[in-house]
Amino acid sequence: MIDTQSRNLALWNWVVAFAAFLVACFLGFYQVVERSGLFDFLESAKVYFASVSTHGVLMAYVLTTFFIMGFGYLTATSSLKRPLWQPGLAWSGFFVSLIGTVLAAIPLLTDKASVLYTFYPPIQASALFYIGAALLVVGSWFWCAIMVVMAVQWRRENSGKGMPLAMYATVANALLWLWTSAGVAMEVVFQLIPWALGWNDTLDPGLARTLFAWTLHPIVYFWLIPAYIALYCFVPKEAGGYLFSEEMAKFAFLGLLVFSLPIGFHHLYMDPEQGAGWKLLHGIGTFLVAVPTLVTGFTVLASLEIAGRLGGGRGLFGWIGNLPWRNPVVLAAILALLMLILGGFGGIVNASYALNAMVHNTAWVPGHFHLIFAGTTVILYFAIAYHLWPKITGKKLVSNTLALTQLWTWFVGMTLLSTPWHVLGLLGQPRRISSVTYNSLLTLAWQPYELFMIMGGAVLLGSAVLFGVILWKTWRNTEIETDLEIAYAEPIHPPESLPAWAESLKAWNLVILGLMLISFGWPIAQFFFLKTFESLPWGY
Amino acid sequence: MHIDPLEKKWLYIALGMVALFLGSIFISLAVGIKPPSNVETIDPARLHLSEEFAEDNLGVHIQPDGRITVIMVAGRYGFFPRHITVPADTPITFRWASIDVLHGVHMPMTNMSTMVVPGYVAEVTTTFPKPGDYPMLCNEYCGLGHDYMWSKVTVVARQTWEKQHPKGGES
Repeated sequence: MIDTQSRNLALWNWVVAFAAFLVACFLGFYQVVERSGLFDFLESAKVYFASVSTHGVLMAYVLTTFFIMGFGYLTATSSLKRPLWQPGLAWSGFFVSLIGTVLAAIPLLTDKASVLYTFYPPIQASALFYIGAALLVVGSWFWCAIMVVMAVQWRRENSGKGMPLAMYATVANALLWLWTSAGVAMEVVFQLIPWALGWNDTLDPGLARTLFAWTLHPIVYFWLIPAYIALYCFVPKEAGGYLFSEEMAKFAFLGLLVFSLPIGFHHLYMDPEQGAGWKLLHGIGTFLVAVPTLVTGFTVLASLEIAGRLGGGRGLFGWIGNLPWRNPVVLAAILALLMLILGGFGGIVNASYALNAMVHNTAWVPGHFHLIFAGTTVILYFAIAYHLWPKITGKKLVSNTLALTQLWTWFVGMTLLSTPWHVLGLLGQPRRISSVTYNSLLTLAWQPYELFMIMGGAVLLGSAVLFGVILWKTWRNTEIETDLEIAYAEPIHPPESLPAWAESLKAWNLVILGLMLISFGWPIAQFFFLKTFESLPWGY
Repeated sequence: MHIDPLEKKWLYIALGMVALFLGSIFISLAVGIKPPSNVETIDPARLHLSEEFAEDNLGVHIQPDGRITVIMVAGRYGFFPRHITVPADTPITFRWASIDVLHGVHMPMTNMSTMVVPGYVAEVTTTFPKPGDYPMLCNEYCGLGHDYMWSKVTVVARQTWEKQHPKGGES
């Protein structure tokens, strides 16, 4: 049962999400071409950095936030089998986020906010940009509130029962996001907005970087959890089998929620304002949060193997061929897992306390996060869209073959794009440059890789446009989709109830509070005890 | 609660992998490999008045005990001084301060890397095994001239360095 309100909310949230995604893909393609240095007339640092800033904001904040909100309304109503709580509030959240996006887009597109999507001060953007970004986040808090209230109401009426997995994960994500966004919200509200409006003359970039690091890694799990919901809740059923274990799935989501929060300092390994011990503590946490992802990899592969064997696959690897490769959800899962494995190993290098020095701020880093974000996460967003777009528009998917082509081309494009970045990173090429000007033998070795980047970018742009075309044509399709129910994968064993603490929102929040105090308490408090010197704002 | 035996095995393998990664970090700690971390503040607006980062003091210094320290300032768009020469196979301590915005510095093919955050002194100690010319480049977006922000480091063989500095005096 998906009520009309949730369908409309999902539809319009996704329209915004995917429109932002398409614009960002055009910018991304421009960036690889400009950066290659092969076309003189395109060379412009000003346009390049405005483009990078917009690409990052659209992909990381707009696509993800709106996609997750739309998906959450669907999972909440369909898995709990109850109508949406306060649709008016949900629409208010949508419009607050949309107004925020438009306000942030104006300075971005008019070169008044070329501070990249990490907006590290003391380079200063227009106040409108910071206010818009803050509103985008505030709108998403409406969504968080609705998800938490619906979970609490359901639990009150179903005491003793375990929460449906899809909703368990969604409410974990809502809590994760409330905790995660608090860091950047404090930075923007207490430091950046007063400073950009001229109320404060200076700010401490060390404190700003610390608050941003609070948000900067867990935000990745906010983006990733919907992809994991697809892996656990849709993929096993679409592959023709069962979920291997629902209990372990819940522990994986719980692990992501609790352990992803106190780890942001691995982004600050090379920073002078935090001590080595705090960095080590966060580094250890970063490795611990790899465990739920390893468990996910195992559970999803095991579920796929069960499906393949039920389909008649024999032998050690025979089941792989027996999977329904022509089902977009299954294909996306396989491609996403491949990229997750490679991206995951890159991430382990980044998180390594000392090894990070070799790759910090080099092209390796965008190579890594394009595998995880654009590879794993976005490819599963595509799959979710192919799966649910017909159910929310009521129209049949226009072509399965086109959807498969789109997924394959995205995978090929991302491979072509991110492989050279990893190599360039190891060769020392910095990220965030618009052209190579270093007159050195060491940097001449970078040149041959630029061509692969352009090829990868072109394939990706084609794939993204195809994605837009498929959704548009499906929306305009005359054939009606009759199956409007969202079906979730069944576990092999009926889920037994988890211990009470694993189902308790209060317990999770207390554990997180404790971990956050330990890992961020002194590192933030120190700025108020040390004799620090603040920085003036600078233009670019 | 139902946890499959296979799944338990995998969980142990996963924890074992994590223990292995963490173990390698602790081993590197034991030999002194760690990220740069000296929580030390400095007023970015008064660098030229500070003794250490005053213009006359920038560059390579040989300390009385033979250690080598390099004092540099990062500012849009360059690291100052623009060219330094240091010996290979010798621990070298770099100290940076930013005069304006956020910068990052690294030398390709080495582990010399740090962020230079205004208001803080960034310090790294490293040893270059291979002589040669290295670019020292800015890796954090610092404004429209960011692409052009780089200096040159010449690493000379230790014997050459010792011939040039027979008494270990100032370079």
